[in-house]
Amino acid sequence: MNIVVCGKVIPASSVTIEIDPATKRMARKGVTHELDPAAASAVEEGLRLTEKHGGTVTLVTMGISDATIGIRNALAMGATSAVHVLDDAVAGSDTLGTAKVLAAAIKKLPFDLVICATESSDSYSGIVPGQVAHLLGIPPVTFAREITLDGNRITIKRQSEGGYDVVEAALPVVVTTTSGINEPRYPQLKGIMAAKKKEIKIYTAAELGLSADQVGEAGAKEKVLTVGRPPKRQAGKVVVDEGEGGKQIADFLAELKII
Amino acid sequence: MADLIWVYAEVVDEKITPTTLEMLSKASEAGTAEAVLLGPAPDDAAATLANHGAAKIYRSADPIYRDYLTLPAVETIAGLIQKHNPAVMLFASSYGGRDLVAALSARLDCGAITDVGDFVLKDGSVEATIPALGASYQNTSTLIGGGTRLLLVRPKSFEPKANEKPLSVEEVPAAAGEALRKVHVKERVTVKREGPQLEGAKTIVSGGRGLKGEENFAMLKELADLLGGAVGATRAAVDAGWVPYAMQIGQTGKTVKPDIYIACAISGAVQHLSGMKTSKTIISINKDAEAPMFQFSDFGVVGDVFKVVPQLIEEIKKRKGK
Repeated sequence: MNIVVCGKVIPASSVTIEIDPATKRMARKGVTHELDPAAASAVEEGLRLTEKHGGTVTLVTMGISDATIGIRNALAMGATSAVHVLDDAVAGSDTLGTAKVLAAAIKKLPFDLVICATESSDSYSGIVPGQVAHLLGIPPVTFAREITLDGNRITIKRQSEGGYDVVEAALPVVVTTTSGINEPRYPQLKGIMAAKKKEIKIYTAAELGLSADQVGEAGAKEKVLTVGRPPKRQAGKVVVDEGEGGKQIADFLAELKII
Repeated sequence: MADLIWVYAEVVDEKITPTTLEMLSKASEAGTAEAVLLGPAPDDAAATLANHGAAKIYRSADPIYRDYLTLPAVETIAGLIQKHNPAVMLFASSYGGRDLVAALSARLDCGAITDVGDFVLKDGSVEATIPALGASYQNTSTLIGGGTRLLLVRPKSFEPKANEKPLSVEEVPAAAGEALRKVHVKERVTVKREGPQLEGAKTIVSGGRGLKGEENFAMLKELADLLGGAVGATRAAVDAGWVPYAMQIGQTGKTVKPDIYIACAISGAVQHLSGMKTSKTIISINKDAEAPMFQFSDFGVVGDVFKVVPQLIEEIKKRKGK
């Protein structure tokens, strides 16, 4: 079983992400990076499946050189190897550009199953996995809260508005995982040491057979026109509880005629 | 001529979803609205769509759309788009909506804009407003390269309005072929949720990680019951396993817009804010005076949620004479 996990390395959650008004992109350079927690969950799911059914887990990512720290983290968790698309030409890609890059990188690998998080934790468009599936010519099997493999069949519990659907397909597919499908493991010292020897294969867009007008800013169909801040809510009243906080809220609700 | 704006009509639990009607209302104001309705639907579904502004409804009731995910609907919609070339097609930012936009944008090589809160059409091109980075920014985006613009629209972005059009339904041939029957829905399981639902609740009492455990949600339930409301939660509380995903409010959960939102021990991470910040009145309780949630609150109490909430409950009971 060859599993490919697509995941993103993003500015660490402790960092407040800013948008650069000049490029209208997220300011990714010069801030601490980490493996997206959503991607860590996808890696974890891949590891659990290979622990049960055998096989390899390869992380595929696209990102700046700072992404290495997150790639190493996935390798330390237990991923077998990684592919890093590292190229200034892919900066500014929109969702479809990103999907083209990931699909081209995945095509270089043997794969039976592709696992992605439902969405990344920084830009959360949530449509890249479905685009990748289409570009690979395999079905998308999305929003999995539980994954079971039986030979060539994959069965998932798919999150739905009112509960879940039991959904089945034949491999290969692209499956997406919801947050909370598992608790990703923390890398142990042994894993961290082993990760240093694991291969990170680096590609440029051209090496993946992609022309400059397909990816990056040049290939993006979506153009950000303006970057702004939403209208501020009128600041309300804040009081410090000195034993009457609950009563003060009740007074406020009474003013609104709620009680 | 008015721009042609299509809406993908979604049926969940045998009902046209509220977001579908919200999008149709907006579409019929901005141009000529038409809807695409695929799969089994209630008898009055087409009439409901027409009543909310759909001048025409493309319809196939074939069960293939219900029983097999994504691929059959993509086949049909892509064919209809290529034939009629609408300026814009709107999809709800839901599980199914996202899957369709992902596949269609790749198939038609046209890209898409996600998480749209509003849009305008100017000379055939679209300008969408997007609350980026969990609503800490508000950007505008457009799509270049021609063709139909695909937009994924956030729930509750528009008011659903009656705008009656004569019922006009065009039957379309159902998608067929084994290649489309690849992702099979074998079973639909409805998880029974207790108490009032978040959708449509006028009052919501919500809890975050600061509640420290599952058992403490009982206190929020009591408060919500007194106010005739529902209980919600942050992703942190859901990920911790304290409450089910159905209660999650935020970027990856539900978008709500109640009259009263009471945030208990919620710091106000962008993930959560993006799902509730358009609530009419926000009240928050947090021991950290620096919590971003206070900046969004109409009334805030810096204090211990385990003291303030019980006192609030007692006070409401007293005033209600219980």
